[in-house]
Order: sequence, then structure tokens, then C-alpha cells
Amino acid sequence: MNFFFEVLIGGLLSGVMYALVAIGFVLIYKASGVFNFAQGAMVYFAALTCVGVMDKLGVSLWIALPITVAVMIVLGLAIERVVLRPLVNQPEITLFMATIGLAFFIEGLAQLMFGAQVRKLELPIEDVPSQYLMDNYNILVSQFDIMAAAVCGLLVTTLALLFSKTRVGRALRAVADDHQAALAVGIPLQRIWAVLWAVAGIVALVAGLLWGARNGVQFALTFVALKALPVLILGGFTSMPGAIVGGLVIGASEKLAEVYIGPLVGGGIEGWFPYVLALLFLLVRPEGLFGEKIIRRI
Amino acid sequence: MLYREAGQFKTSYQADGQIFPILQDRIALLAMLAVAVVAVPLLASPYVLSAILIPFLIFSLAALGLNILTGYAGQLSLGTAAFMAVGAFASYNFILRIPGLPVLLAFVLGGLSAALVGIAFGLPSLRIRGFYLAAATLATQFFVVWCLTKIPYLTNYSTSGVITAQPIVILGYAFDTPDRKYLLVLAVVAVMALLAKNMIRSNVGRSWMAVRDMDVAAEVIGFRLMRTKLLAFAVSSFYCGVAGALYAYAYLGTVEPEAYNLDLSFRILFMIIIGGVGSVLGSFLGAAFIVLLPVLLNVVAHSLALPTSVASNLELMVFGALIIFFLIVEPHGLARLWQIGKEKLRLWPFPH
Amino acid sequence: MTEDAQMQMNEPEAHFGAVSTDGRRPTGPVILDLKNISLSFGGVRALTDISFDVRQHEIRAIIGPNGAGKSSMLNVINGVYRPQQGQIAYRGEVRKNMDCHAAAKSGIARTFQNIALFKGMTVLDNIMTGRNLKMKSNFLMQALYWGPARREEIAHRIKAEEIIDFLEIQAIRKTPVGRLPYGLQKRVELGRALAAEPEILLLDEPMAGMNVEEKQDMCRFILDVNDQFGTTIVLIEHDMGVVMDISDRVVVLDYGKKIGDGTPDEVRCNQDVINAYLGVACA
Repeated sequence: MNFFFEVLIGGLLSGVMYALVAIGFVLIYKASGVFNFAQGAMVYFAALTCVGVMDKLGVSLWIALPITVAVMIVLGLAIERVVLRPLVNQPEITLFMATIGLAFFIEGLAQLMFGAQVRKLELPIEDVPSQYLMDNYNILVSQFDIMAAAVCGLLVTTLALLFSKTRVGRALRAVADDHQAALAVGIPLQRIWAVLWAVAGIVALVAGLLWGARNGVQFALTFVALKALPVLILGGFTSMPGAIVGGLVIGASEKLAEVYIGPLVGGGIEGWFPYVLALLFLLVRPEGLFGEKIIRRI
Repeated sequence: MLYREAGQFKTSYQADGQIFPILQDRIALLAMLAVAVVAVPLLASPYVLSAILIPFLIFSLAALGLNILTGYAGQLSLGTAAFMAVGAFASYNFILRIPGLPVLLAFVLGGLSAALVGIAFGLPSLRIRGFYLAAATLATQFFVVWCLTKIPYLTNYSTSGVITAQPIVILGYAFDTPDRKYLLVLAVVAVMALLAKNMIRSNVGRSWMAVRDMDVAAEVIGFRLMRTKLLAFAVSSFYCGVAGALYAYAYLGTVEPEAYNLDLSFRILFMIIIGGVGSVLGSFLGAAFIVLLPVLLNVVAHSLALPTSVASNLELMVFGALIIFFLIVEPHGLARLWQIGKEKLRLWPFPH
Repeated sequence: MTEDAQMQMNEPEAHFGAVSTDGRRPTGPVILDLKNISLSFGGVRALTDISFDVRQHEIRAIIGPNGAGKSSMLNVINGVYRPQQGQIAYRGEVRKNMDCHAAAKSGIARTFQNIALFKGMTVLDNIMTGRNLKMKSNFLMQALYWGPARREEIAHRIKAEEIIDFLEIQAIRKTPVGRLPYGLQKRVELGRALAAEPEILLLDEPMAGMNVEEKQDMCRFILDVNDQFGTTIVLIEHDMGVVMDISDRVVVLDYGKKIGDGTPDEVRCNQDVINAYLGVACA
């Protein structure tokens, strides 16, 4: 029974990691109606920039971080200027495909600048089981995971408050609904988008640091973004709490399926299980758990 | 001056409905076919045939399949490579287990198997649309490739998971040299492209486009949504299945399920984006572009003496940048640019 | 408006679509009978206990303020919405609700308030989609485009061209519909509905956003369709001049309830209708 709990908690915590990436998606989608397929590439880019800067300039993590933040902000501004501004008011699908192109571009750029070999990323928190939980509850849970969960919670709370309470948040929601209308009432679209993508870049950095510390900074990081898709499907594309819940469900179910069903069918079902789960879920609720119902008038 | 429609009147609806209504277009097409069938096998080197022309034709067919589903029927799909895989492995198994089965029939059966899988995984499209459907097709992509890796029967219990495509022999004539393979692939692709064009300009094509543009209205005027969408998945998967079989038999020779991965699906999606979504010509133009681009980049990288890692990263960057470029400048792709070019040509040498 | 419509009704026109001189076809028996239709969406009651009938060959108008439920009424007739209560009797068959596809098959065609054309296709293709229920060949035969499939395609093309001639849109037949101005798009939508050779034509604000000439043309087409083919027409319209002139009978809805039913003259004098919708001219 303990083993089950360990797998479950392990899954939940890896779900938290997925949620971190999903939050970046939700942020951009909620605020501009763009499904940013390049979020995974941005995670990889951020992590790679951080370790790359540490390697090339020989500095510590604490110096590399602000540099990376600056780079991500510049990246956000560049994306807004080069990709989004010319595509204002195009249909969603066009913007989605543009972000696919962007993903490829960012991946290539990252590897061009810093090389493609796997690198280690050391964060101050060690990936060891929490003594406290071991002693009191006899459960093996890493300190690292706990911190990741805390960071995630903090991030979501901050962003949720930003959206609902501030003027900028309201402007972002307006932009998500209708670009032209937002422009017509005087919302400074370009500036808002630049801010938005810079913030998404920082969210990507946080996710990149945590994932990179866990798995090493490598190209496979971009596939994490793909895993975020089932998370978003479950949670709805426009809900931050939904991203968390979706992440937890996907993480937990993925691990449990791998451990309990996997051996029966030859293993490796982690690769498709979340997607099939999301697919089945969509059949029942086409707009996700927390998503907004789409009503079409005719 | 040379290229104009003036004087070419149509006096029957049959004449008006031709695929190439302008005489100069028909002449150009015949000339191109003549070159493709006669001149190319004689003049082109085996390298050009095997590494450029054959994959170009095969990918055009796959892009055509995806265009039918995404361009004409409006169902976004990221699982193209999975259907290609089904086609390849099904053909392999049919030839393996039914002795004396004609190779072309095996390809057709492979395509039909892919069509069945397409219908099964297309069922969600009745409830889901847009990105959600794209995410659902990812399920297809990963699940199908996993099945092919994990079910040993399908790879004939090969320990490495790799299958070797059997040699193609039709009516005693062996298609083993590049130019013979090229002609076979050319024939298959030309026939299937014609069938696709016919479907698109008939009621079937209109039903797909109606569902793409406004499915509620389509239902109201009598189109059956389920039948239309599932038929789109079936036909599209059939085309991708045949393309996948050709990919294994006429191009790679030995193939494993991982060769039909998500990266391939994206490549084919890029082909239709750059070539032109919703256009038969666009499928060909896009495939040509995507096949030629790495070759071109390689040449550039060689001449600048860049290391291969740099070259491959540059390739990623150029791909990505080109996608964005096309979406900004001409969202309807090369096919639309071609159309605009032809319209300008109609007026040439006059400016307007 | 009145005099022009009257003149067009009485004068025969030289080309296709002539209207008979002695007035219009007499109305026949009841072909559509709606009884006690109630429709709600969640908590919102769109229609409450609506009953009225439509006679064959007549032009029946549905009028009322915005939000009265007129489009919802058409959607119920069409099978797009399923009412919670009530029954629909169409051509003798009584049903609890219509099925979209069955409605289309049994001869009900419609146009929409916010044009529902297929923007990616040309005018000709859009009208051809209206013929889809009459096409018999399957996709394989169409892929070969030979023999029966080809003959069928050409036969339906001929019919579509007749409609294009009737609506005077020959010049734009190969134009993608998305590029046309609003008035022409409405005309193409009418063409698509006519292509199905319907028994009943449901028109949802066919003249919205049109100027006087375009309205005259549209009126002429509607009257021609009714007279030439005997098509029954159920029409939602806000222009009272049009409604009073061309319709045989009028139903008035307000907040989902029926407040008037009768000939245009009867409805014009109905006090409830005046209060809710028509208003009185200031002296």
C-alpha cells in the first residue's frame, strides 16, 4: 500500500512539473488567444541558456539567472515584433502553425548557441528524500519535488491574481477575446503582448530550471511541452487552476498506468497513455474540466 | 501574350469542368509528363532519382492525403506518419503471409488498413474540433507507433523491430533499379492525384469543404456530418497508407516503426502549410520545397565548411523561419503564389 | 414600395421568372402545423406555447421585436433545435421534433440571419452543395469521374445554372463567396436554398442590410419563387412595408409568445401588436 502511495505521490509531483509548463500555455492563450506550441522550446531554450552561460562565462547560477531572465525578455520582445505583430487578427489556426515554426526555430537557435549535449543543472535544493516525511510518515518524497510544488503554487497564485485583479489583467483578457476590438478601445496591443511573452518566458525559465535539474538539460525537454497538451485538454485551455488539476491527474495516472498496467502490455505506455486519456475525456467533455463552453449561434 | 484564355470558349458544362481549362496548361502538363516519364529516367543520375525525385513523389502523396483531411475537410491532424506506418507494415504483412499476392494489391490493402485505422481514430472528430482534435491525433500517432513496436507479430518477430521490404516484382518484371522504382512511384502518384482531384471537384469534395467552412449549415442543407468526416479520414489515411508503403518499399528498403515518428508528421504538415493548404498543386510544391531544402542547406554548409551539427541546427532554424515567413507573407502558400504568377502571366507583357 | 410591388406582380416580364397576371396561386391545405411548441435553453424560455399553421403555396411572415424567438422558431421547424414540448405536423406526419437531415430531405430549405455560406467555395459550388441530397453516386464513382458520376454532375450543373440565371448572378458564378458584398451573398444563399427544390423555404431576414433597390430585387425573387414553383415561404422580416405587401398571413411573436395571427390587415389593427412592435404614427 505504501508503494501505491509512493507511486501516486511521485506521479502527482511529476504532474506538478507538467503543470508548470502548462501554465505558460494557459497564460499566453488566455491573454492573446494564441496556442503557443513553442512553449516547450522556450523551456529548453531558457534552461540551455542558463547552463550555457554558466559554462561559457564560468559564472555561478546566481549570476547566470538574471542574464537568462534578460535573454528571455529580449526573446519575448523579439517574438512579439517579428511573429505576432504581422499576424494580428489572423485565424487561430494560422497563429498556432506560426508557433510550430517558432518552436523549431528556437530549438535550432538554442542548440546553435550552446551545443546539443546533455548538461547537468545543479540547483541549491538537493534531490533527496525529505527527512521529515521519512521519519514521521515513512513515505519517500524528495525535497526537490516539494519545493517544485511550492513554486508552482506560488506562480499560479501570482498569475491568477494578476489576471483577475489588475488593470493589465483585464486588458489581457480583452485582447484574448478580440484583437481588433481591443485595439479599437485603445489597449496598447504590442506593449501588452511584449510583456506577456516576456512573462511567459520567465515562467518557461522556472519550468526549465526545475525540469533541467531533474532530468538534465537536453533536447528531450521539448517533448515535455507535448505532454502539456493532455494537461491542457483536461484542465481547459483558459484556466490556471485547471492546468494544475490537469497536471496532477495526468502525472498521477501516467505513473500509475505505467507501474500497474505497463507490465501487462510490455511497458512504455507512458508515451501514449496521457493522450488517450485526454482523448477519452474530450469525448465526454469537449471543452475540458474548467474550460469555457463554446456556444455557436446560427 | 503567349499565355492567355482569350479565344478559348467553352460551349458545354463538361468542357467548363475540365481540370485544366486553358489550352496552354494542358500542353504544359503533357510536356511535363513527357519529361517525367521519358527524359528523367534517361538523364537523371541514380542519386537524383533515389534521394530527391522518389521521396518528392512519395511525400507529395502523403501531403495530398493530409491536405484532403486538413485542407479540404478542415480536420487538423498531427498523426499523418502513423497512418503511413500502418500502410507500410500492413503491406509488409500481407505480402509476407499471402504468397503470390500482387505487390500493387498489397499496397492497396495496406492503404485500406490505414483507412480503417483512420476511421477508428477519426471518430473523435465528431465531437472534438480544432486544437483539441490535433491533440487527439497525437494520441493516434503515439499509440499506433507503440503498437507496431510492441506487437512482435507485426514485425515478423524481428529482434530489432526492423523489417526489410520485399523486392517489388510485378508480372515478372522486377522493380529494383532506381529508375524503375521511380517510374512505378510516378505512375502510382499520378493516378492517385487524378483520383483525388476528381473527388475534390465532385460532391464529395464539396461536402468536405462545406463541413470545413460551416458544419452546422452543412448539416442543415443535408450533408451527413459523420459520413463526411469519416470518409475524409478514410480517404486521407488511404493515401497516407499507400505513401507509407511506398516509403518503405521504394525508398528506404528497411524500416522500423520509429521512422514514422512525430517529426515526420510535422514535416508533412509543413509541406502543406508552405505548399498551400487546400490545394492539390500545393501538396506537390510543398513536398518539393521540403525535400529540396535540406539538400540545398547541405550544399551551402559544405561550401562554407560548417560542421554538421551547425548545419542541422541551421536547418531547424531555416524551417521554422520559413514557416513563419510563409504564414505572414502568403498564408495560402506556394500554390497561391503560383496562381498569382499565372494571372500576371496572362497579362504579360502588359502591366494590367 | 406598395405600388412597385403591385406593378411587378401584374406585369409579365419577358425573361425567366415571369409572374402571372391574374395575381398569385391560391393557397392550398395546411402542410405545416405547429402545436404548443415550447423551447428553453437552460433557464431561458425562448418560445412558450406557440401554435400556428402554414398553408401550401402561401407566404407566411413571422414578425416581432428582436429576441422574440423568431429565429428559434425557424430552427425548430428545421430541426436544428428540439422543443421540449409540443408537436410538429409536416405533410400529415406528426412528430415531437424534426430531425435536421430528415427536414432537409423532405423538402425544407432555409437561409440564415448571419449568412451561413461556405466562404471557401465559389458561388457555383455553394449552389451545387444545395443539390447534394439529389446526388446518388458514391465517392468511388466520383473519383473516377466517369459515366454515371460525370453525367450526374453535369445534370446538376444545368439545374444550378438555371437558378443562377433566375437570380441574375451569372457574372459572379466563379467568384469565391467570401469576396462578395453582403447583398450578393444573401442572394447566393437564397440560390443555395432554391437548389434543393424545396417545398417550404424558410427565410431568416433575407433583406437585412439591403438598400431599396436590393430589397425590390429580393422581393421580386421571393414572389417569383412562390409563383413559379409554388414554394411555400415562411419569412422573418423587419421591414413592415415588405411584410404587409407580400405576405398572405402574419404571425407576431413577442418574448417567445404569440400575440397575433392573421392577414396583414388584421395584424396591423391588433392592439397588442401595435403596443409591442408596430407603434403608432405620431399625429
